[in-house]
Amino acid sequence: MTIPAENRPLAVESPRERKVHFTTCYMCACRCGIQVTVDDGRVRYIQGTPGHPVNDGVLCAKGSAGIMKQYSPARLRKPLKRKPEAVRGSGEFEEIEWDEALAIVEARLSHIRATDPKGLAFFTGRDQMQALSGLWAQQFGTPNWAAHGGFCSVNMAAAGLYTIGYSFWEFGAPDWDRARYFLLWGVAEDHSSNPIKIGLDKLKRRGAKFVSINPVRTGYSAIADEWIPVRPGTDGLLALAIVHVLLTDGSIDFEFLARYTNAPWLVVQAPGSANDGLFARNAAGQPMLWDEELGCAVGGMTRQTKPALFGTWTLPDGRTVKTVLALAAERYLDIEYAPETVADACGVPAETITRIAREIAHVAFSETIVLPIAWTDAWGRRHDSVIGRPVAMYAMRGVSAHSNGFQTCRALHLIQMLLGALDGPGNFRARAPYPKCIPPHQRPNTAQAMPDTPLAQPLLGFPMGPEDLAIDRDGRPLRIDHAYSWEAPLAAHGLMHMVIANAAAGDPYPIDTLMLFMANMAWNSAMNTAGTRDMLAARHADGSYKIPFVIVADAFSSETVAFADLVLPDTTYLERYDAISLLDRPISEPDAPADAIRHPVVDLDRDVRPWQEVLVELASRLKFPAFTHADGTRKFRDYQDFIVRYERAPGIGFLAGWRGVDGGQSFVGAPNPRQWDAYIENKSYFAYQLPEQIKWHRYANAGYLEFAKEVGFIDEAEPIVMQLYSEPLQKFRLAGQGVYDGPRPTDPDDRARLVRYFDPLPFWYPPLEMEASGQGRADDAYPFHALTQRPMMMYHSWDAQNAWLRQIIADNALYLNVATAAALGLADGDWARVESHHARLNCRIRTMEGVEPNTVWTWNAIGKQAGAWGLAPDAPEATSGFLLNHLIAEHLPVAPGSTQRRITNSDPITGQAAWFDLRVRIAKCTSAEAGPHPTFEALPDVGAPRPAVLRWSSR
Amino acid sequence: MKLGLVIDLDTCVGCHACATACKEWNGSSAISGPLSDYDPYGAEPSGVWFNRVRHYEVGQYPDSKTINFPMSCLHCEDAACVTVCPTGASYKRADGIVLVDQDKCMGCNLCAWACPYGARELDEESGCMKKCTLCVDRIDNITLPEAERQPACVLACPTHARHFGDFDDPQSNVSKLTAERGGFKLLDELGYAPVNRYLPPRAPPAVATAAPASESAVRGEGALSRLVRLARQTLAR
Repeated sequence: MTIPAENRPLAVESPRERKVHFTTCYMCACRCGIQVTVDDGRVRYIQGTPGHPVNDGVLCAKGSAGIMKQYSPARLRKPLKRKPEAVRGSGEFEEIEWDEALAIVEARLSHIRATDPKGLAFFTGRDQMQALSGLWAQQFGTPNWAAHGGFCSVNMAAAGLYTIGYSFWEFGAPDWDRARYFLLWGVAEDHSSNPIKIGLDKLKRRGAKFVSINPVRTGYSAIADEWIPVRPGTDGLLALAIVHVLLTDGSIDFEFLARYTNAPWLVVQAPGSANDGLFARNAAGQPMLWDEELGCAVGGMTRQTKPALFGTWTLPDGRTVKTVLALAAERYLDIEYAPETVADACGVPAETITRIAREIAHVAFSETIVLPIAWTDAWGRRHDSVIGRPVAMYAMRGVSAHSNGFQTCRALHLIQMLLGALDGPGNFRARAPYPKCIPPHQRPNTAQAMPDTPLAQPLLGFPMGPEDLAIDRDGRPLRIDHAYSWEAPLAAHGLMHMVIANAAAGDPYPIDTLMLFMANMAWNSAMNTAGTRDMLAARHADGSYKIPFVIVADAFSSETVAFADLVLPDTTYLERYDAISLLDRPISEPDAPADAIRHPVVDLDRDVRPWQEVLVELASRLKFPAFTHADGTRKFRDYQDFIVRYERAPGIGFLAGWRGVDGGQSFVGAPNPRQWDAYIENKSYFAYQLPEQIKWHRYANAGYLEFAKEVGFIDEAEPIVMQLYSEPLQKFRLAGQGVYDGPRPTDPDDRARLVRYFDPLPFWYPPLEMEASGQGRADDAYPFHALTQRPMMMYHSWDAQNAWLRQIIADNALYLNVATAAALGLADGDWARVESHHARLNCRIRTMEGVEPNTVWTWNAIGKQAGAWGLAPDAPEATSGFLLNHLIAEHLPVAPGSTQRRITNSDPITGQAAWFDLRVRIAKCTSAEAGPHPTFEALPDVGAPRPAVLRWSSR
Repeated sequence: MKLGLVIDLDTCVGCHACATACKEWNGSSAISGPLSDYDPYGAEPSGVWFNRVRHYEVGQYPDSKTINFPMSCLHCEDAACVTVCPTGASYKRADGIVLVDQDKCMGCNLCAWACPYGARELDEESGCMKKCTLCVDRIDNITLPEAERQPACVLACPTHARHFGDFDDPQSNVSKLTAERGGFKLLDELGYAPVNRYLPPRAPPAVATAAPASESAVRGEGALSRLVRLARQTLAR
């Protein structure tokens, strides 16, 4: 049957009232460019910015749904003060004016600053301006600042920056255009969003192989050419078994190891001495290598050095030394790491492990890419081409959120080093300002807080050894989160997840004020959520709060807002200026250092202020030296003015584009009063395309290193030698052994942890909670791994308020493998009780095939407290959605009745929250038990109208 | 002319970007918006969408495969929704796009029952039927830059799993993709001649395995000695 065609006139949208603005998304951490069409003041359409370095025109579900966040009923509208009679956490507030709110904060903070600055704990959650927040805290003089990296990605960042000079997640990206083989380790659907999606499409178009190592087959794993359902927490074992096969087969890029890594460096073998396991160094402090031609040890690498990769020698001073690679080969050739040995623990057949190792070896060494690009290496050798071994890897949460994540991530970097597959064509590549020297030169603040005095250096950094810890003379932490203490020595992002527990316990000291920005610490960002809420509201016997004052800055009425004594309402991302800076976590892509801005594209319709504006205002009122003149007058009119005129070093400021008085300079130049306009005219981003000859192998590319020094990314144009063997780790181990020539811990737990975990070569150990729960034993009380992942269309708790996104997902169930569920007598829709060593919850069950049978999982942060986020109290997020966080303890389990000290449930090296270590048991609820548990009292209505029907239109 | 979409099931990661971009564009569209959302902040949020993504599994663990399956109007050549429409609101344009004239629709739902794909959704507030227009007010809108005269879902899709074009033109992107990748019609046996095509997942690429550098893979001391020898040989070159 043919249908007669007809054309009828259609209403054509008039462009008359339409304005198109380019700015930057904030619906997650990707910071895509967005093109926002505004129709008579209302947002008509948000689309990706074509040509933008992050997303090149595409946009994810969150980005397109930004309109519904802009018009969400959960938006805060005015500063709020807890009602005098209301208890903290009740969410009972009265509206106040900004003058009063700022006066309260100013009075409180100026008193703290003048008396005991560490009494302020300022922790920022999904902060995209850490360079400002960190500077602010440093100027205040409190050591107690960090953002959310401690429960997100610090294992990836620290492992990368202590090993290869750049890192997974923020500071690197796969070469999607050239990789022939791609291994994706433990990446859920969000890290990152559009860049990975764009990249996977590119890989598939070119016929490259995509292998996903992940216990759950959803999202990216759904389209993998091969899915390897690894048991959670065993990725490191799997990686080291691949290393075993590569070494056994001799599939190694020896030249790469000799030139670009410390594989040939000589390690002192003197067990029991203070030098054991440290590098042999010459008088100038240069690490020594054995020169095959000269037949002796030499200090430092020159163009002529012919380093030996294997061997043991006795130096003229009598010390026995061995190369790093010899130590590594001895370890990984051991049967302990053979595929057959690890297969059961990983849940991956030995043949599969061997095959994967040989496939990547084939691609690396037989499908080598040669680009006809001449370059010069840092030792002055001219190369007429760039060689690529086109195996790329990427990794994130499934590695980072385990207590063995740091060493696991180092194991992944070890594979890359053995293959010579780093920052070349087809590899995992660095994003500016990385690579940097290993670890980056910045040491953490180790100074005590002093009244009315800024701390001399930035708070977060990278310890080289025990002398860089933030501890007092008795070895106690200087920081409220215990970062850089013996419990978490390389805590480069802090331990935000421990702040509330430590502050409530007064460990190491009580604080006065907790100031949180954009962090849902009373809900989905906490481990032990119910306990954390109790701690936030905990009181002394005299009725006073253990945390005397809580300030929360957020744009929306989260569960944490309810615990504030004072709420400072923030704007949305479409209503304010932001700098996404190269001093911070920029939007750079491998080929182009880049940064970006946001600027207001719609007018404010509420009495709220951008948080960064508030920070600049407070910094001026509190007379921080960086923000005020000697006479006490303010240096900066506002945030915009600060961004333009603040210089960290002469000519280097927050934004790298259009510097110099006439805007003609990039990276370094005098402040340009028209810099914001220049960004706005250029679609709100700056990207500098690196010339071909300085794009590759940047750790050893002389041209790049000189460029990086000129623009302030690095201090010296010296080669960045990858650290297969980590001397800083060995120094901590020596401290644990009690032989280090410097600070040493006295507590036996600290000593044992340093000895065990601070291995200078990557190794695998079971995640700490798995060890504690007796995994693998017949009496294993908690036999299942329990994980969460974020759905692609939701960013944490933020998006339940989104009228469109919550139609896609508004509640969550616990997913089990079909066979596992059958064995437990569970069926779809059943209520189950799920218990960990710490707590119990009830939730509904869903079955699926695509999950490893010993693993259960659910969507992250879908469950909500009734009444939060502008939702009706009977919203499914509150009535059937649930948080797995209730089951996760912030401390490791101790035997009942034990007096053992409580140790953070975190990676023992970096302090990364180990929330993927969770082990549970599952049983069907009795009919009496069925129903949600735990439940919380509903928050009072925020008062914004909730329409029964929404008929959104910008017209 | 036969305009429609090609949807690539090999690269669809199920992110719902297409669905929200569609909702966003068409919600404020002069020809089909607003698209009502019922109880948007309450117990049973639902609403009118032109495009929904479903998720399926095929096969059994560990060989199971997860399929993400976006679906919208397929703009059938034999569009039963048009023929059953009692008011003449539903019609098919010369370029193949099936549309609903909102001024003529009385919301009787006959077309939704006639559609075998469930692609039409009644807006209970306006009392009119809503459906995918292929963003006709983008592709026809000469005030938009030419590169943007594409359906919103196609522009947004982060894995570029969606393609728009003319199936009557053998040189078009959609015709070529369909030919190269074996694009198929959804439930073709029902006889509605859907225009949109789905590309099946590609076969996983075959990768050779590197042969061990030595014939007999011995471990322990033997493997180490061999590695030392290999290193010397390589670096001596």
